[in-house]
Amino acid sequence: MKLTINGEKKQVVQESVTVTELLADQGVEMPDTVSVQINGDFLERETFDTRVVRDGDEIDFLYFMGGGSWE
Amino acid sequence: MIDFTQSQLERYSRHILLNSVGVEGQLKLMNSRVLIIGAGGLGAPAAMYCAAAGIGRIGVVDADAVEVSNLQRQIIHFTKDIGALKVMSAKDKIEAINPDVTVEPVRAFVQASNIEGIIDGYDFVIDGTDNFATKFLINDACVMKRIPYSHGGILRFNGQTMTVLPKKSACYRCVFHKPPPENMIPTCSEAGVLGAVAGMLGTIQAAEALKYITGAGEVLADALLTFDALPMNFRKVKLRKNPKCAVCSEHPSITRLIDGQQIVCDLKK
Repeated sequence: MKLTINGEKKQVVQESVTVTELLADQGVEMPDTVSVQINGDFLERETFDTRVVRDGDEIDFLYFMGGGSWE
Repeated sequence: MIDFTQSQLERYSRHILLNSVGVEGQLKLMNSRVLIIGAGGLGAPAAMYCAAAGIGRIGVVDADAVEVSNLQRQIIHFTKDIGALKVMSAKDKIEAINPDVTVEPVRAFVQASNIEGIIDGYDFVIDGTDNFATKFLINDACVMKRIPYSHGGILRFNGQTMTVLPKKSACYRCVFHKPPPENMIPTCSEAGVLGAVAGMLGTIQAAEALKYITGAGEVLADALLTFDALPMNFRKVKLRKNPKCAVCSEHPSITRLIDGQQIVCDLKK
């Protein structure tokens, strides 16, 4: 199926994957800390294992970033 | 109403020439108050551009002293400032750039107990901190006190920023829910950062403050701007307010500020 991940069109071999599987498939580091948006809606972390990604979905992985001055 | 001196007219002439700033916008800047939390990699360029723009009052919050390893990116501090308090070093430079500006140095770490008093009275807050518990604290306090602010984060060659209009646009907690477990995400002091990347991001934050105050254009609300300076790709991810957000939703579960949220989260797991 075809997905848009972080703005880039990607072909994923599987026809049905969960968000957890997709995170692993895309080699996302520290998936426990990534926020996921599908078609503009945030997912609850608890649903990563069960939420199935569908053909045409637009998915954003958003990462924590610190930076600046150590407080 | 218009009471610019000749020297101010010259100093701010390039702002005044802009249709969406003009004399009115420049007066708004001169009558505004911006608070910069963290006089580090992000706060340094942000403070310098706010100073140059003639923001009337600039608050700078930091408890640290300047170290030699700061100088690669914290451009408001000079070699001669090593050992000096960052807030005093920042105050000197801001006043040297623009004597019109009143600087309020606050030598402190923001905490649940002091943040509301520190941010009170400011029109806009710039988050230049490198600590997730503090980033969430700034978000929650700004949402509760309805003070718009700019979130900024940098790591290695990457940056991210969003502007939060409390209760109107998505907040930091809408996106990231709660701080990551401690030591899970490397900080710049552990993983490094290109100095100029801090400058890029801090400068975007300053531009957001200036846009918010003058009303020029549209601020970066309901969007997270991310960039990777290696290929120099920029991307704006659209965001929506999270109806279940713990702090900015209709029925928030967080109604008072607390410290050490990272520890609380770890205990829950």
